[in-house]
Amino acid sequence: MGIDRAAVDHVARLARLSLTEEERALFTAQLGQILEYFARLSELELGASAPTSHIMSAPAALREDVVRPSLDRDEVLAAAPDAEEGFFKVPPVLEPA
Amino acid sequence: MAKGPALVSATAGRAREPIAAEPVIGLEIHVQLLTASKMFCGCAVAFGAPPNTLICPVCLGLPGALPVTNGRAVALGLRTAVALRCALAPESRFHRKNYYYPDLPKNFQISQYQYMDHPPLGSDGWLEFTAEGAPRAVRIGRVHLEEDTGKLLHVEREGAVSHTLIDYNRSGVPLMEIVTQPDLRSPAEAREFLIALRAMLQYLRVSSGRMEEGTMRVDANVSLRGADGAAGTRTEVKNMNSLRAVERALAFEAARQADLLAAGGTVTQETRHWDERRQLTFASRVKEEAQDYRYFPEPDLIPITVEQAEVERVRQTLPELPAQKATRYVSALGLSAYDADLIVRRPPFAAFFERALALYPNAKALANWLTGDVAGLLNAEDKEVDETPLRPEGLVALLRLIDEGRISGRIAKDLLPELVRGGADPSALVAARGLEQISDAADLTRLVEQALAAHPGAVEEFRKGKSRALTFLVGQVMKETRGRANPDLVNRLLRERLGG
Amino acid sequence: MDLSFLPVSEQLAQLRRREITPAVLAEAYLARIAALDPSLHAFLYVDADSVRAEARRWDARYAAGGDLPPLAGVPIAVKDLICTRGVPTTCGSQILEGWRPPYDATVIARLRAAGAILLGKTNMDEFAMGSSTENSAFGPTRNPWDRGRVPGGSSGGSAAAVAAGLAPWALGTDTGGSIRQPASLCGIVGLKPTYGRVSRYGLVAYGSSLDQIGPLTRTVEDAALLLEVLAGRDPLDATSAEVETLEMRRSLSDGGTGLRVGVVREGMGEGLESGVRKAVSQAISLLGDLGAEIVEVTLPTIGYALPTYYLLATAEASSNLARYDGVRHGLRVPAEGIYDLFARTRDRGFGAEVKRRIMLGTYALSAGFYEAYYLTAQRARTLVREDFDRALGAVDLLLLPTSPTVAFPLGARVDDPLQMYLADIFTIPVNLAGLPAVSVPCGFAGGLPVGLQLIGRAFDEATLLRAAAAYEQAAGWWRKVPPS
Repeated sequence: MGIDRAAVDHVARLARLSLTEEERALFTAQLGQILEYFARLSELELGASAPTSHIMSAPAALREDVVRPSLDRDEVLAAAPDAEEGFFKVPPVLEPA
Repeated sequence: MAKGPALVSATAGRAREPIAAEPVIGLEIHVQLLTASKMFCGCAVAFGAPPNTLICPVCLGLPGALPVTNGRAVALGLRTAVALRCALAPESRFHRKNYYYPDLPKNFQISQYQYMDHPPLGSDGWLEFTAEGAPRAVRIGRVHLEEDTGKLLHVEREGAVSHTLIDYNRSGVPLMEIVTQPDLRSPAEAREFLIALRAMLQYLRVSSGRMEEGTMRVDANVSLRGADGAAGTRTEVKNMNSLRAVERALAFEAARQADLLAAGGTVTQETRHWDERRQLTFASRVKEEAQDYRYFPEPDLIPITVEQAEVERVRQTLPELPAQKATRYVSALGLSAYDADLIVRRPPFAAFFERALALYPNAKALANWLTGDVAGLLNAEDKEVDETPLRPEGLVALLRLIDEGRISGRIAKDLLPELVRGGADPSALVAARGLEQISDAADLTRLVEQALAAHPGAVEEFRKGKSRALTFLVGQVMKETRGRANPDLVNRLLRERLGG
Repeated sequence: MDLSFLPVSEQLAQLRRREITPAVLAEAYLARIAALDPSLHAFLYVDADSVRAEARRWDARYAAGGDLPPLAGVPIAVKDLICTRGVPTTCGSQILEGWRPPYDATVIARLRAAGAILLGKTNMDEFAMGSSTENSAFGPTRNPWDRGRVPGGSSGGSAAAVAAGLAPWALGTDTGGSIRQPASLCGIVGLKPTYGRVSRYGLVAYGSSLDQIGPLTRTVEDAALLLEVLAGRDPLDATSAEVETLEMRRSLSDGGTGLRVGVVREGMGEGLESGVRKAVSQAISLLGDLGAEIVEVTLPTIGYALPTYYLLATAEASSNLARYDGVRHGLRVPAEGIYDLFARTRDRGFGAEVKRRIMLGTYALSAGFYEAYYLTAQRARTLVREDFDRALGAVDLLLLPTSPTVAFPLGARVDDPLQMYLADIFTIPVNLAGLPAVSVPCGFAGGLPVGLQLIGRAFDEATLLRAAAAYEQAAGWWRKVPPS
């Protein structure tokens, strides 16, 4: 199973990557190749196998509901690309999601 | 585990078939949980803090940060799911919901997805409530936990949005999502359901459930039932910030769809926003693309095992729930079902009522005052009783003054607003203003004589058989004494004097 | 032997005997970094003044006498994927160029508490995606044994630094082999602990269910010492294990007798360079001479590990890397609207391999493909795990070459991603199983180092290190250093 240009464009959009024309061509070829190789997974008898989503079998660690100190805002905003009056700043965001 | 009611009993109290053009409404409610710290980190949950002062690597989504689940949030979610009669998933896991938005610092939200054999925390429950006096039940599709997003602030310059500011204080606050089946049949019913749900959440102490404060948020799905009985295309309605807004938005949307269909048009599946100022719903200006959230299990969090024993323990230790409370008020305290419901639906009222009851055993009197004069004063100011200085001790003191004959009911009603606003001690007020009821026979006789002398016309009227005149004369005595005369005694004395 | 190539255990002994001071030690490394790093490019950031100041502090502590923490005054290099407060952490990427984290990773906090001095941040493949360190946005690192060749990846900078005596030891990270493979290509020891053994808090995530931090050292004993300091349950990492942190060094000198070692048949087949086969075979013989029982085992699903890994790791990565969007940290490419801000920042900020893997991972998770790719890979992972569990039921350790080849020339594989992925064919399966594994030097082929990989049961690093130490002491490869 390869991948076509339209799929690459769709995935790039989902991943918020604005690819150049060159990149789109390159990735279409390379991803196609890689996915062909991955297709060999279908050779395995997987029906009876439960999916592993966590390699550790330990019980879940839950945190006590205790307040801990927060970060220093100045230090955080100093490392941000743009900030204003204690807020992070970005270009206008239209419409709620 | 008892199964929920089938759809038939969801319409219990309505002995009829669903009708065409009837609204079909489902609600998606997000509730902020009453925890001290956030869902996945130790930052405080607090209102009104300066922007970006309640943040850490985790809730800011900084590179390298990892979530750790707040055990209390899970406990509150569990308690809610049990109270809503849900089936509890034996293993509860978190998933990542991937989408890009600036209020979402990781560009994914940790939530719980229903997928194959991974049901969410709770599913297939129901909530009973009354709407227009009739018992109803709405099915709860699911209850699950997730984290809240930050807040965006759009800054306008010269009429246009020039930039957006982001505050992540709210990012990571624990949320519980409750989704109903589309069992609601009218905007009014939706409102009643939300009142009942809010009461439930407050009794359970899982949330303050206040829409105005944003601790309870409601989105709705609305469609109209077609002639064939099936639900039509539905729209999603968002941005309703109060119960009243919910009712109005749903009414508007149902009417809008009805008009559209009547004119031969079709309803577009879309998201619409409620505009409080213009009192209408409008479609998003920006074309929304279908979201592919690419859910997968959150690798950083081990699934939580929910033992059956724990579920039982939670069920045994639930506080008294609204339905039980109302039943008890009726059977043990003799309240009417109507009054019981009025009190129970407002948990601060119920708490107040029960504390007052511990001091003063006349449940009916307390109930009358609460659901009558007190409620009236609260509603005028859009407050709950625990947001005022009025204390159970204060109301009880007032009622005792009446019982002892020291003030009249009239005077008590006059004093009540002051208790509600200022919380003063009624006895002190009565003494300071000389409001003691006049019950002395000699004093009253003198006042009665004065009134009779002053109003011979009324005396005549009475003798002619107009009982209204007696009321007038009583009123005159009351006026003369500025309400302090004991009206029953005045009435009796006048009758004796007039020989009627 | 030159001070800079002495094992840390020996350096600590000399420090305690006051034969050397922390300042002397620090100065030795700073001098070598100044002389050799321009041609190796192992480091991305070194603040010499800060290092000297720290070293002087520890000088005073040693002079004052009394109790000292276990690593007092010893410098350590740290892969730039690990958050160090106030010190640039780039992850080898332009998208985080200049970013200074406002917090320390848990391992860094533990190292500071143990008295270690942060020597500098090392070069790496961007966001740990690569097997050669050629995917660094800041230029590749070169192999100290042959500067025309790669040091391996993604922890190439850390491995080269230790191999060349620019640091006594270093932290690396391993998701599919990124500690072990560069250790093998650079002729040093590299240990990937059991998943959950070491906290990941502050480790910039690539494949969350696969990542681990681990030591790159000159000797096995040093690796054990460092692991003791790093390991332990961390309340800030829900996937860190509540497991007793045994003294890793306790059984180090117990020797090879009594150990059952399973040589994995699939690891000794075609595709191995002849020099690698020869060196590994000789190592197997030596282990036998040391008293270990050598048997052959098979891991039938090992051939499926590579696609399984790349589907899972890239899926997790596609989500983990979504946060790099120009809003809160790092690079921002200006734009009028938020969508363009995201897309342009990520396009400019990410290199080709990162973009490739994000695309792959996004695809694997996308609607309609989740079951065919992601879920399938999760099921395959179960099979791989079961294979390992079965094999390790009969033996104490598994043995494989670390890498099928020695270090390849710079530029040789950059145009063929799939070819590059095959460099990790023997290391990847271990991450899928979550088991501990170590690479120790086992000889040379054509003048270039060859690495031997041993794999242990979950949380049984003690047995793993015991076998590795027995081999290491008998074989003596640890004494070899690259020509200056």
